[in-house]
Amino acid sequence: MNPESTLVPAGPSATAQAPLDPGALRHDFPVLDQEVHGRSLVYLDNAATSQKPRQVIEAIERYYRHDNANVHRGLHELSRRATDGYEGARARVAGWIGAAGPSEVVWTRGATEAINLVATAWGDANLREGDEILLTEMEHHSNLVPWQLLAARTGARLRYLELDDEGRLRLEGLPPILEGGRVRIAAISHISNALGTINPVAEIARLVHDAGGLVLVDGAQGAAHGGVDVRALDADFYVFSGHKMCAPTGIGVLWGREALLDSMPPWQGGGEMISLVERDHSTWADLPHKFEAGTPNIAGAIALHAAIDYLESVGPERILAHEQALVAQTLEALRAIPGVRLFGPPRAEDRAGGVSFTMESAHPHDISTILDAEGVAVRAGHHCAQLVMKRYGVPATARASFYLYNTPDDVERLVEGLETVRGIFGS
Amino acid sequence: MSEIDRSTPPLNSLYQQLIIDHYRNPRNSGELPDATVEVHMRNPTCGDDIRLQLRIEDDRIEEVKFVGEGCSISQASVSMMTTLLKGRSLDEALAVARRFTGMMHGDGDAAKDPLLGNLRSLAGVARFPVRVKCALLGFDALQECMKRTQQDGTSASQPSPAPE
Ligand SMILES: Cc1ncc(COP(=O)(O)O)c(C=O)c1O
Repeated sequence: MNPESTLVPAGPSATAQAPLDPGALRHDFPVLDQEVHGRSLVYLDNAATSQKPRQVIEAIERYYRHDNANVHRGLHELSRRATDGYEGARARVAGWIGAAGPSEVVWTRGATEAINLVATAWGDANLREGDEILLTEMEHHSNLVPWQLLAARTGARLRYLELDDEGRLRLEGLPPILEGGRVRIAAISHISNALGTINPVAEIARLVHDAGGLVLVDGAQGAAHGGVDVRALDADFYVFSGHKMCAPTGIGVLWGREALLDSMPPWQGGGEMISLVERDHSTWADLPHKFEAGTPNIAGAIALHAAIDYLESVGPERILAHEQALVAQTLEALRAIPGVRLFGPPRAEDRAGGVSFTMESAHPHDISTILDAEGVAVRAGHHCAQLVMKRYGVPATARASFYLYNTPDDVERLVEGLETVRGIFGS
Repeated sequence: MSEIDRSTPPLNSLYQQLIIDHYRNPRNSGELPDATVEVHMRNPTCGDDIRLQLRIEDDRIEEVKFVGEGCSISQASVSMMTTLLKGRSLDEALAVARRFTGMMHGDGDAAKDPLLGNLRSLAGVARFPVRVKCALLGFDALQECMKRTQQDGTSASQPSPAPE
């Protein structure tokens, strides 16, 4: 380990409840050490993508400097090393999320591709007219549109769990939908990117399973903020993206129960995913390679391994507790600003990551421009959740979202920036 | 590689008082029952939304109204635009649109052209490239209105995304 490393030692003690020290962890993230428009950068757009620690950047560099080769295809030393790194990363992911084994871990480009894989490979083979797909109003477009396309192809019907006024799913809506006995799959987010809500996924999964349906969990935010235990969640599929959890863009994971993945036809055809190829047909490789056509993102997988090592050494529970403390600070500060409307659950314990808000006098775009001029990066828009915007009757919100390296000072800079907004637009 | 301008963008040159005033008190806002052409434009990424209605007679803009929702830049821009259009010929309106687009792309002469009237207060937007689209939304709607008028003189009001 680098002598300057600020990480606490890995192991059970790391996840003990001592709060983490974001001021020290920040030094692991080179990009944070810069000025933007004359002010030190405050990066509060983590729900969109996280920054990368040098441990991850160095893993990518090490791979390309020393080990780069194609995987599973060469008998030479470099190919062996690349394959070891790539398959070692798969085993690391499997252990980290509580999978039964590496064969349950399929590499994808990200959460979006993983959902499309399931909606196509599982969906086309299993759904027919009259079947139902259960979604929620809080889903990211990535967990809506693939199912809409599937519904259009098969004649299946989309059902929705609705949101209450405080950004939680209205679970009382679930039994009436499930009573019909037609829900074949429920696709729900673990944590909402637009509202920050942590959903009771295990409870929903139990009810859906009792009614004979499967459950896909969109863990794009969940894996990054608090970690995953797919068995405790009792999911059938769990998907996530590396880039939201300190790894690069272009690498993600589909986890599925082995028997389910085994029963599914392949998705894309190409190299890697076959066993024997004849003139008019082929046989498929074993899991998980059956779903991995073409040369994969080898460096991305290896970097995701480094990212998981990094997050583990800090402790996912501590990261979540740290974020919730920042969320609590933000909620309290924003409640004191006239004209601010907050979205999502009122208590920080019920949420992770971020705070969506609007101001009466200024549009989210204007808020974002003014904050940016002060070096504070937030997101303004619909956050790929137009159904959420519609539910609350707003075209857009501003969103400040946190990660392990954000500090209470960052929240103060946000609040200071909102004072500038009020200075320009009034309240 | 070109130099990146890391200087502080002039926030106060972006948010001039006139802009805030048009944002809070939009001119010519409302419905135009006898409109001859209407275009609905949205910027899907940020939710800026403008429905522009014109009454055009003999190639002249007799009346103009809009219904809009969105950020200060998009709404102030369309509000100021409407104040300049009334009574102008289509050719004159097109000249305003061209001049304004030039100003958004950094043309310093356009920023001094009296033809643009109040719209000159939006010159600062050119320094905020991600906001240029907001300022142009109303003009995109105007140009689409004129195109439809020249095609057939009538028009439906299908929402159409702003061109990139
Ligand atoms: C809840 C949620 N689902 C899905 C996605 C899509 O992730 P990606 O674009 O990395 O595939 C995101 C992130 O944008 C997200 O926040």
